[in-house]
This record gives sequence, structure tokens and C-alpha cells, in this order.
Amino acid sequence: MSDKALLKISGLHAYVEQFYILQGVTLEVPSQGAVVLLGRNGAGKTTTLRCIMGLVPKCSGEIIFSGEDIKGLPPYEIARRKITLVPEDQGIFALLNVGENILVSQRQSSSRGELARRLDFTLSVFPDLKLAWNRKAGTLSGGQKQMLAMARALANENHLIMLDEPSKGLAPLLVKGLGNVIRQIQANSAVLLVEQNFAFASTLGDTFSILSDGKTVLSGKMSELLENSETQQRFLGVSANEGLRR
Amino acid sequence: MKVLVILTVNGLATGFLLFMMASGLSIIFGLMGIMNFAHGALFMLGSYVSTWAYLATGNFFLALLAGIVAGGGVGILAERTIIRPVYGNHLGQILTTLGAFMILNEIVKMLWGPNVIPSPVPGGLEGDFTVGGLTISRYQVFIIFMGIAIAAAVHFVLNRTRLGMVVRAGVENREMIQILGVNIRRVFAMVFLLGTALAALGGAMIGPTLGQIGPFVSTQYLLLAFIVVVIGGMGSFIGSMIAGILIGLINNYVVWLYPPAAMPLNILLMSAILLIKPTGLFGAEGGR
Repeated sequence: MSDKALLKISGLHAYVEQFYILQGVTLEVPSQGAVVLLGRNGAGKTTTLRCIMGLVPKCSGEIIFSGEDIKGLPPYEIARRKITLVPEDQGIFALLNVGENILVSQRQSSSRGELARRLDFTLSVFPDLKLAWNRKAGTLSGGQKQMLAMARALANENHLIMLDEPSKGLAPLLVKGLGNVIRQIQANSAVLLVEQNFAFASTLGDTFSILSDGKTVLSGKMSELLENSETQQRFLGVSANEGLRR
Repeated sequence: MKVLVILTVNGLATGFLLFMMASGLSIIFGLMGIMNFAHGALFMLGSYVSTWAYLATGNFFLALLAGIVAGGGVGILAERTIIRPVYGNHLGQILTTLGAFMILNEIVKMLWGPNVIPSPVPGGLEGDFTVGGLTISRYQVFIIFMGIAIAAAVHFVLNRTRLGMVVRAGVENREMIQILGVNIRRVFAMVFLLGTALAALGGAMIGPTLGQIGPFVSTQYLLLAFIVVVIGGMGSFIGSMIAGILIGLINNYVVWLYPPAAMPLNILLMSAILLIKPTGLFGAEGGR
């Protein structure tokens, strides 16, 4: 497993301003499938994603991507290694229209043919965005904004797509649709997913990693975590069975 | 009535010059959060170099070009040497750009002396023409047409090119555009070059409207440009154009009525806008 890992993080420590947020994160993401990063609020999930993307200046430890240490590289260099992040606030450019939001996200390091192909693919996944092409992105609904944010990640060829709480604030029906999109993404990219909605996350991830107070405390197979409600209670304070209400 | 028309023409001309200076200042701030105090000095440098070049060659087109090259050249040099080390450091930026402003001011005084030098209206554009009994200065009309052409060109770049799209996106969310794989520093260097060159062009065109230029040009117009940026909204190109014209017109009307009231009125207007809409007339809400 470890030699097949696409992303391998070990001993990651990070400061955000004067706060010591990450105090030893260890994480592996294989080149296929989804890894769910779990943990309570403030455990350091978002900071971990931001460190990988090169957005946290004070990081130490190892972040090995495809055999290369990418820690300390500027974000655009990391993006060119085909990694992307859909942040929690989605990062939509509200004053640009929908089409511009997608076009501006297409990395110019790829060939024109490749970009055109990715654009067609993206719009086939999100046909609604084609209809809203000329609308200002700021006028979209919350669900549409999340779709646009995902579309920007799909508009390039990415080996690793990191999603920070994509289900946040979405209606249950939309969350279901989002799950289908994430499963579609997994066919071509590895996914590192941060989720508060454990019931939702448990249907997507093959493996999980739990953070607590900035440290990795447990990793393993999702199926094992699902069976162990005691661990769920201890680190997450939730239970999948409760959340699903089947 | 006659007076009103003349004041309006002059006001529009002043407005477009302010717009040339303020739009660069505004977009530089919007994109990187850098308040470039040296902008006023580059405006002044443009006016000195072009006046000097015009007196030496007699060719106004060449003079404008010399002003742009000098302003943009010093601008990009400043970006490479003194602004890059202070990215993300607001206090550092204020001190560095204010320091650069002072140094450039002194260099201009060393080269051309502390006194005003004459800046004649270029050949072919001097004098007035008469329309329906109204006498209008040719040079002011020239500035207005140049201003419209430049506004159209900048509008085209911002809305129809990839660079413009990246700049608009970056002004809204600097971090996201980097996540998407854009080297924002390279984009910013380009914007800094264009912004300072535009300010220098504004400076190059202002000399003949005043008849003379001096070191006062830098401070006087920097203050007005800041007011324009605040009223128009940080990072907004349309905002700086509309606010520039507004301030240009108000100043010309008020100066004719009661000159000492002009500056207090500008400040009052700025304060009122800040109270009613703190992001300025066209500033993005929640931008960062």
C-alpha cells in the first residue's frame, strides 16, 4: 500500500499565526479511491488540506506527492502537479460569470485540445452550468455554487482533488446528487475528502483518517470504522446509524 | 451657460487624468492589497520626462512615449527590487512605497531643480476652437478623447482577455486564483507595469493643462487619486473612472465659485460615501 501511495504525509506540523494547529499529521492517499479525513471542529482538517496546497507558510514535515516533496512550493506550482482544492467557502468569483469561473480555472500548462476536452466533460457532468453560462456567479444558489466549485476542479486533469466539506449547507436532496458527482470524480482522480457529515462521508470513502487536536489518532478501512460505534463516539461524537435514519 | 460648458470640458479632462492615475492604484491595491504611495511620484516622473522630451525634440508623441517608458520602467524596477520583499507585510509596504515616493521626488528635484518649469501646449493642439459661440480649448478636448480611448482599451483588456479575467478573479479572491494554478506574482508584476505606465501617461498629459510643472504635481494628484480610489471602490476599474470624472467636475465647478472650498468638499464627499457605502461606489462586497 505504502509504495503505491499517491500522497504521503508524515510528521506534518503547522502554525497558523501564533497557533500551533497541526502537531503531527500522518496521512496516505492511494492513487485511486477516496480517503475521508474526519475529526471534530478545530481538529486541523482544513489546515491539513491548506498545507498540501501550499497555502500555509509555516509547515514542517514531509508532503510527498508522486515521489516528490512538494512542501514549500508556491500554490501554483503545486496546482501544476495536478492537485486541486475546493475550499469550504467554495471560492467562487461572484463578479465573474459562470463561464468565466470555469475558463479562468483551466490551467494554461495543459494543451488546448486537452482543455477543450475537459470543458466538454465538465459540462456533461453539470449540464445546468451550461444553461447558466452567462449568469453572474454571485447570483447562483448555494447548491449551484457548490456545483460550480466542483466543475472548476473537473475542468483540469487532476490526480488529486481535495474537497473541504462539500455538503455543508446543502439540502439533503442536493447532498445525494453531490455524492454521485464525487463517485464519478473518483474514477479518474484520488479524492481527499473532509466531511462533518459522517453518514454522507461513510458512503464515499474507502479509508479514513481521524484527526484530534492536530494529530492523527486513527486510520483504517471505512468498513471497520462503521462497525465500531465506540470509536465513532469517542473521536467524532456521532454515529453513522443515527445519522442515516434508514 | 458659456462658463458652465467650459468648466465641464475642463472638468472632464481633469477627470480622465485622475482616472488614469487612480485606476492603476485601485487595481494594484485590489489584486495584492498594496497601497502604492510611489504612484504619485511616477505620475510626476511621467510629466517631467515628457515635458523634457518635448522641449528637446518638439515631438509630442515621442514625449508621451518617453513619459510612459520612464514611469513604467521605474515602476517595474521598483516592483522587482523593493516591493517583492514586502508582499503580505502591510506596514513594510507603506514604509517602502512612501520611501520610494520621497526618493523619487528628490531625484526629480536634483535633475530638474526645485522650481517649476514651463510645460507648453504641444504644437497643433494649442489655442481654442469656437462652436456656437463657445470657446473650447483644443488640448482639453484632446485629453478627453485620449481618456475615452484609454478607458476603452483597459476595459477591453479587463473583459476580453485572459489576463483581464485573471485580474478580476484575483481582485475578488487572491487565494483561490492561486489554488487554480495562477502565478499571481507574475500577473501582479504585469499589472504593476501597466498601472504605473498609465499613471505616467496621465502625468505626461497634465503638464500642458497647467502650463508649468513642479514637484507639487506628485503630492497634489496623489491625494486626489486616493480620494478617487476610495469613492470608486478599491479594485474597481469602472469605479475609478466614474469617481475620477466626478471629482474632476466638482473640482472645476467649485474652484470657479470659491477655490478654498474644493479640497474640503472632496474630503467631505469621500467621508459621506464611506459612511453610506464603505466599499465605495463600485467596490466588491466581501472582497479580500
